[in-house]
Amino acid sequence: MTSLALLEIARGAALWFSLLVLLVGAAWRVIALLWLGTRPDLSEPRSERRCAAIARAVFARTLLRKEFRQSRRFGPLSGYVYHLGLVVIVFGYLPHVAFVARLTGIDWPALPDAIVYLAVGPTIIALLLTLFERLTDPVLRLLSNFDDYFSWFVVFLPLLTGMTVLSGTPPRQGAASALYPLPLAVHLLSVELLLLWLPFGKLGHAFLVFLSRGTTAAAMARKGASF
Amino acid sequence: MNWSAEPRSALEARARTVIESPAAPDVGRATRVLIDEVSCGVAFQLEACVRCGQCADACHFYLVSGDPRRTPIYKLRPMFRAYRRHRGPFAAVQRMLGWAPAELTAAELAEWSELIYDSCNMCGRCTLACPMGIDIAGLVRRVREAMSAAGFAPADLYKAAARALDSGSPIGLRWPTLKRQIEIQEQETGLKLPLDVEGADYLLVLSSIEIASFPETIGALAKIFDQAKLSWTLTSSGFEATNVGVQLGSRDVARVLVSRIVDAAQALRVKAVISPECGHAYTALRWEGPNLIGRPYPFRVVHIVELLDQLVAAGRLRTRGKDQRRLVFHDPCQLVRRGGIDAAPRRLLAGVSACCAEMPSSGSANFCCGGGGGVSAIHRAEPLRFAAFKCKQQQIERSGAEALVTACANCRNVLEEALDEHGMVLPVLGLSELLAEYLEPTAPADQTGTRQ
Repeated sequence: MTSLALLEIARGAALWFSLLVLLVGAAWRVIALLWLGTRPDLSEPRSERRCAAIARAVFARTLLRKEFRQSRRFGPLSGYVYHLGLVVIVFGYLPHVAFVARLTGIDWPALPDAIVYLAVGPTIIALLLTLFERLTDPVLRLLSNFDDYFSWFVVFLPLLTGMTVLSGTPPRQGAASALYPLPLAVHLLSVELLLLWLPFGKLGHAFLVFLSRGTTAAAMARKGASF
Repeated sequence: MNWSAEPRSALEARARTVIESPAAPDVGRATRVLIDEVSCGVAFQLEACVRCGQCADACHFYLVSGDPRRTPIYKLRPMFRAYRRHRGPFAAVQRMLGWAPAELTAAELAEWSELIYDSCNMCGRCTLACPMGIDIAGLVRRVREAMSAAGFAPADLYKAAARALDSGSPIGLRWPTLKRQIEIQEQETGLKLPLDVEGADYLLVLSSIEIASFPETIGALAKIFDQAKLSWTLTSSGFEATNVGVQLGSRDVARVLVSRIVDAAQALRVKAVISPECGHAYTALRWEGPNLIGRPYPFRVVHIVELLDQLVAAGRLRTRGKDQRRLVFHDPCQLVRRGGIDAAPRRLLAGVSACCAEMPSSGSANFCCGGGGGVSAIHRAEPLRFAAFKCKQQQIERSGAEALVTACANCRNVLEEALDEHGMVLPVLGLSELLAEYLEPTAPADQTGTRQ
């Protein structure tokens, strides 16, 4: 198979298949959870303002409470760094924006390349630190399983393959795919691996986090307790 | 299901089955209960965990021991295992491919008994730290359901539950003991305490620790209610507020115990039941009770601190003078962090204290006394409980407290024991008693009300 043929697959069938698995897998996961049902709480609520509490908790919980900022681990800090870095790279880089626009018709202004390139370094370092801590910290080592390491791998891989594409890209944007089909195909395939895994492992927290925070926030708000 | 429709004897028989379960530990039953405990909300939380370990830094048992097994989320491993194998969205596929977690074993559950009981107060501090918002304490409560039903809970809690079912009290107190304490308090206060008064507005229930260790609380409340001209009563049946079923993790036991209070309240036709100074009793009665009996109460439940705060706000309670010591409030977890009663105790304390101070991380992020969640009733957990107290000790020392005040008799008891164990000399006061000390005398007096 030639590089161009591989690129065609990566841009076509493989991409659509991974997107389909992502959507169906995520939908199945959420529907199966909803299907479990819940029992009504018969205690008299102290507060009825649960929607406001849920909305607040979903966003406010993103920031660590001040009482827990003295952690001996660098996980929380590196977590902020790579989450922010990935947002900048995935949603701010012009070729990514153009790719999504071609696929969906949804477009938004890209960030200057310099900002995206600046984000790559800290993101990679933060991810490496995260892995290092997971391998060495006794708590994280005890908690970790295949999902943790494989999820790390499928997040890190597109960064690496993207760097490969970037290192071979001529100064003028847009020529990469024509000149370097193999790195781009590998990059696309690595992203598709991420999409394939996302609904099944811990990366599903991308959508489950809102449900989990919302559930607890609603229960706590019912009691008038802080969350 | 409306459990109250079942005959009392059937409910009691079901509870006795739990007490007898250690005679024949049953892993299969533990697994079944764990699976049954997974509702939609629980599953959201189990699925969202990213195993970041941040909950470890919130748990005093981990902080003092450094033992990674005491990481709060790790304590839930049996539930994760049972869920992923039997109930998760991809469980069937995983089992088919041989990727599902193995079934739980008796040896594992025996090992987890120490983690899920001795080293967890269900205080919920980890819940505040979890970036995914997982209510780890709430899930531990659910794991305890499985552990207790299958015979893997600590023997001390089974015994306490048996005593509660037999006598009404986890420490074996019976009505004659309370009656004697009431008589003593009547002599002390010169007040006639109302007993079994039908149609009273409020029914006051008590915790065994108050009756046994701090009976002056009863007299203090009598004085307070007398000034507030509150219509209230004590009861000779269903007087015990604590609920060891919640600590053991058995709804079958908890249901019987809470039903006794409900029956007494309904028989006396009261408008509200006053939960005493006891954190878990409040959780059991206020939040779990209606779900245990399967119907809403026909009366309100109010914590004594809430009621006192309302009476002060309404001008029905007047105090004179203030305590001059540096008083620091210890937040009972079930009352403040998990119960939403944060401001009321502080308002009450400020009313009788000239120098209120706070601990670092006070309020909802305060450290537990170490004895909550039934840990204080587990003898084998004592060394660990005293070790975990180091986190609380640091908070107390940094606050410069000259006396601690709290609104939970169990916290008070545990704090006194731990302070003594750590060689600290510090009075621990009950908030209601403190308030009663500074009540404005009904007759004119030349006292300043100030005490050093």
